[in-house]
Amino acid sequence: MDELRRHILKSGGGAALALLLGAGLLRPTRVLAANWNAPAFESKDVAGALRGLGAGAAQAQASADLKLDAPEIAENGAVVPLEIVSKIPNTSAIAVLIEKNPQPLAGHFEFSGPLLPQVSLRVKMAETSMVRVLALAGGKYYSSSKEIKVTAGGCGG
Amino acid sequence: MADPMKIRARLAGDVADLRVLMAHPMETGQRKDARSGQPIPPHFIQKFSIALNGTHVLEAQTGMAVSRNPVFGFKLAGIKAGDKFTITWTDNHGETRSDETVVA
Repeated sequence: MDELRRHILKSGGGAALALLLGAGLLRPTRVLAANWNAPAFESKDVAGALRGLGAGAAQAQASADLKLDAPEIAENGAVVPLEIVSKIPNTSAIAVLIEKNPQPLAGHFEFSGPLLPQVSLRVKMAETSMVRVLALAGGKYYSSSKEIKVTAGGCGG
Repeated sequence: MADPMKIRARLAGDVADLRVLMAHPMETGQRKDARSGQPIPPHFIQKFSIALNGTHVLEAQTGMAVSRNPVFGFKLAGIKAGDKFTITWTDNHGETRSDETVVA
């Protein structure tokens, strides 16, 4: 048994591993390796998107320290400016969900180093909807919501 | 190859205001061609990252709800003139584009 194992390690296994390492296939990339989170982004409802992110809705705690700055009425649903600022200590990620969009999850941002936990972006909104932002801080999820009224949708055509 | 990004880094004290405009159609896959009535296939940026002097500070994933020609704004503390930002995006077709700017 041991001899077999040694043999495999010595010949095939070791060589293959070295080859993979050499080709950069097994390089321990810390962050870049993450693939697009299709289950979360392609989910058609908020619950599914939250599941995909690993954030069950029940765990998220409403927080006044997580601010979503956005217009109350968006005349053009194709371009709705949002600004999200988290004052929650140790915020490491922010997610943006537009509850009534065909696919609610719009973006997920992971911060590190000198990047402050805030982001501004422009999104498309199909119709008037609650916009929910989530912040991950110290392993806990916090949320904040705001309704944005849309007078002309941004997804049809 | 997609058009270059427009990146602007403005320094106020040691806090940098970083804004990036990516030239991309961000097609949702929900629209139909007006003439043919055929659905227009989705084509949107799925991931982008920001590196500061070669170290990643942001990993972002985006869905098709991000507006056409996306604009993102970020703030970073402890930045000085000469620091370099590198921004790289990848879309659902596997196309990628990387641009950089040096803080003036």
